[in-house]
Amino acid sequence: MLTLEWESEGLQTVGIVVIICASLKLLHLLGLIDFSEDSVEDELEMATVRHRPEALELLEAQSKFTKKELQILYRGFKNECPSGVVNEDTFKEIYSQFFPQGDSTTYAHFLFNAFDTDHNGAVSFEDFIKGLSILLRGTVQEKLNWAFNLYDINKDGYITKEEMLDIMKAIYDMMGKCTYPVLKEDAPRQHVETFFQKMDKNKDGVVTIDEFIESCQKDENIMRSMQLFENVI
Amino acid sequence: MAAGVAAWLPFARAAAIGWMPVANCPMPLAPADKNKRQDELIVLNVSGRRFQTWRTTLERYPDTLLGSTEKEFFFNEDTKEYFFDRDPEVFRCVLNFYRTGKLHYPRYECISAYDDELAFYGILPEIIGDCCYEEYKDRKRENAERLMDDNDSENNQESMPSLSFRQTMWRAFENPHTSTLALVFYYVTGFFIAVSVITNVVETVPCGTVPGSKELPCGERYSVAFFCLDTACVMIFTVEYLLRLFAAPSRYRFIRSVMSIIDVVAIMPYYIGLVMTNNEDVSGAFVTLRVFRVFRIFKFSRHSQGLRILGYTLKSCASELGFLLFSLTMAIIIFATVMFYAEKGSSASKFTSIPASFWYTIVTMTTLGYGDMVPKTIAGKIFGSICSLSGVLVIALPVPVIVSNFSRIYHQNQRADKRRAQKKARLARIRVAKTGSSNAYLHSKRNGLLNEALELMGTPEEEHMGKTTSLIESQHHHLLHCLEKTTNHEFIDEQMFEQNCMESSMQNYPSTRSPSLSSHPGLTTTCCSRRSKKTTHLPNSNLPATRLRSMQELSTIHIQGSEQPSLTTSRSSLNLKADDGLRPNCKTSQITTAIISIPTPPALTPEGEGRPPPASPGSNTNVPAVASNVVKVSAL
Repeated sequence: MLTLEWESEGLQTVGIVVIICASLKLLHLLGLIDFSEDSVEDELEMATVRHRPEALELLEAQSKFTKKELQILYRGFKNECPSGVVNEDTFKEIYSQFFPQGDSTTYAHFLFNAFDTDHNGAVSFEDFIKGLSILLRGTVQEKLNWAFNLYDINKDGYITKEEMLDIMKAIYDMMGKCTYPVLKEDAPRQHVETFFQKMDKNKDGVVTIDEFIESCQKDENIMRSMQLFENVI
Repeated sequence: MAAGVAAWLPFARAAAIGWMPVANCPMPLAPADKNKRQDELIVLNVSGRRFQTWRTTLERYPDTLLGSTEKEFFFNEDTKEYFFDRDPEVFRCVLNFYRTGKLHYPRYECISAYDDELAFYGILPEIIGDCCYEEYKDRKRENAERLMDDNDSENNQESMPSLSFRQTMWRAFENPHTSTLALVFYYVTGFFIAVSVITNVVETVPCGTVPGSKELPCGERYSVAFFCLDTACVMIFTVEYLLRLFAAPSRYRFIRSVMSIIDVVAIMPYYIGLVMTNNEDVSGAFVTLRVFRVFRIFKFSRHSQGLRILGYTLKSCASELGFLLFSLTMAIIIFATVMFYAEKGSSASKFTSIPASFWYTIVTMTTLGYGDMVPKTIAGKIFGSICSLSGVLVIALPVPVIVSNFSRIYHQNQRADKRRAQKKARLARIRVAKTGSSNAYLHSKRNGLLNEALELMGTPEEEHMGKTTSLIESQHHHLLHCLEKTTNHEFIDEQMFEQNCMESSMQNYPSTRSPSLSSHPGLTTTCCSRRSKKTTHLPNSNLPATRLRSMQELSTIHIQGSEQPSLTTSRSSLNLKADDGLRPNCKTSQITTAIISIPTPPALTPEGEGRPPPASPGSNTNVPAVASNVVKVSAL
């Protein structure tokens, strides 16, 4: 008997609570009351960042491109990134279009860090031009410097075996699965060993910038391949 | 690769320098860029609107017209631009495709016009972007349906003389307007369906009392009469079903179709009843079977378009209906449970169990509110009111979807019917236009002949009679003229032709028909198969006298020096041999002028009959088709 009474009392309370909550929600929907919640709309504000590059003459002075080349480059850049900056996701997307078979996201990540010299998470047109200027119009020394910068993930001036292994794995990832001969598990590691044997002169397990440049200058293949992309633009 | 990304290729190649120190093998040589043109602007003039873009933009898609060397065909040397005589609006979309890599479909554009433009520029419609692809596909589907509809109705109206009996019967069943017998059958079956349904209904009405017993329903009082009626209806239905089964082109598919199942279900109870009347045990089941007799009412769907549409709508909205049912069930269970526990405390509560509360919930949610079960506690009343409010919402949600589906299908049907009705008018207009142009040709031919005749006669004045024709028209007429010369036959207009046919059929029917004609069924069918189904007429009929006279009025010049039989002796020359006739015919070709109505005997038909059928001199040509004997005229 008592339980029945409690049951009905309890149900009455539940009913009243339900009604109160529903009416509160209704008022909130109507906009009369405002709960302090993070609404989703605020997040959308972030996306529309706009960036305008430096003047054409300034860029021309800073880089080794002609005005016409800069114009062509900017048109392509702006077409793909109307907001004026490339963030990492767009960068990865663009880069992956060129390597459809494999997974180029890791390498694109390293590349992005290499281009994003001021480390603000976005590559503006100036960063872009700076990087390209070195790669396409720079001296061999500058190019090697740039490559060293790419491999040195934590930018401490030394390339360790782990860093190199990461880079190598990223490069091999771009190949994908279907290769000939079949990609073995330790292929990156082997490649790293070969690299260190060549580059690490004093066998201390790390490669410094001087060791790197020196070893590269001695290697014919590398020197020749550095000139490969002169006429890209 | 997307268009914009191609611009990043230089960057990707430059970044490849990062691999160089790591590589062990030498790199391949880079491809040389032979003619490294500076990027130039090209101007595309589309019907006067000038578009400009970089050359490299267009070259992103080398397998289209603009991206390949095909556009050189449209290069205009004088203005140094590419000129296309096409729609500039659609060209906007095409050019945007090159610029952005995405092809859009503008909603206001007609689908076939758009398709034509895309085909012209060599762009596959499959690459339309996601944003517009659905719209494009919908419109394309509608268009295809419309075309299929048109084709279907066209096919239906064509007379196919070689249908077998079975096929004619099937067509009669499917489309009752094809013949009167089909229409009669249609109405008779409809009548009997109505009779059967009414019988079923009236059977159960109480019919007044028989002295000595309680009130009986009509079915038991006049059982014999009702039995006879039922038998008659079932006979008709059975016969109809068997006939349909016989006539169906694919019996297996017919048996599986919904309508045939309804037919079977409608007549089965009767036969089962016949078999089982004496067995008391299954009489209960027998009674249940009688319920199925009500399915006869569904047979009306063959007679009513609206019913069919309703059924089709329900079928196509199956998912919405399913959703409605599911959400209702969920809500019913929830509320029934809540009501049961809420009302458990009150005394003499009707909510004895949860299933018992289902009834209350359903009645409340559909806003029926019978009032046989009402909550008495406060909690019960609160939840009861929430239940009724939510019921309205849950039911109201899927209904508009169903309604809009029905409306769409119904309007589509209306449109199809309207199109069919308008089609007759449209075809008539097209026919008028066609005869207009052929009449123009005949008219101009006469005038042309007349002109030349007059010129020959040496009339100094009035060189030109009739209006001057444009260059295109005169070239067209010249072409038709060449065709006439090639085939040695002449164009004639429809009235004349039909008159000729009638004349010849009237004249030649009493006389013996030419044996050679009967061996040429082609001749007969092309000639007047539409008007008269006789096969015994000559395709070359005698000219009606009126026509001769009119011809004579037009020109006063006869063929000179020919041994043609004169116009008046047309009948006697029925037996004129072809050869005799031919020779003068050729002679006439030397002579200029000549009216169309030169009574030459029939020329050689291209089939090269051995013995051409008797000629009818003075007959002017017939069919533009080659198969008839035609008088050669207009020796020019």
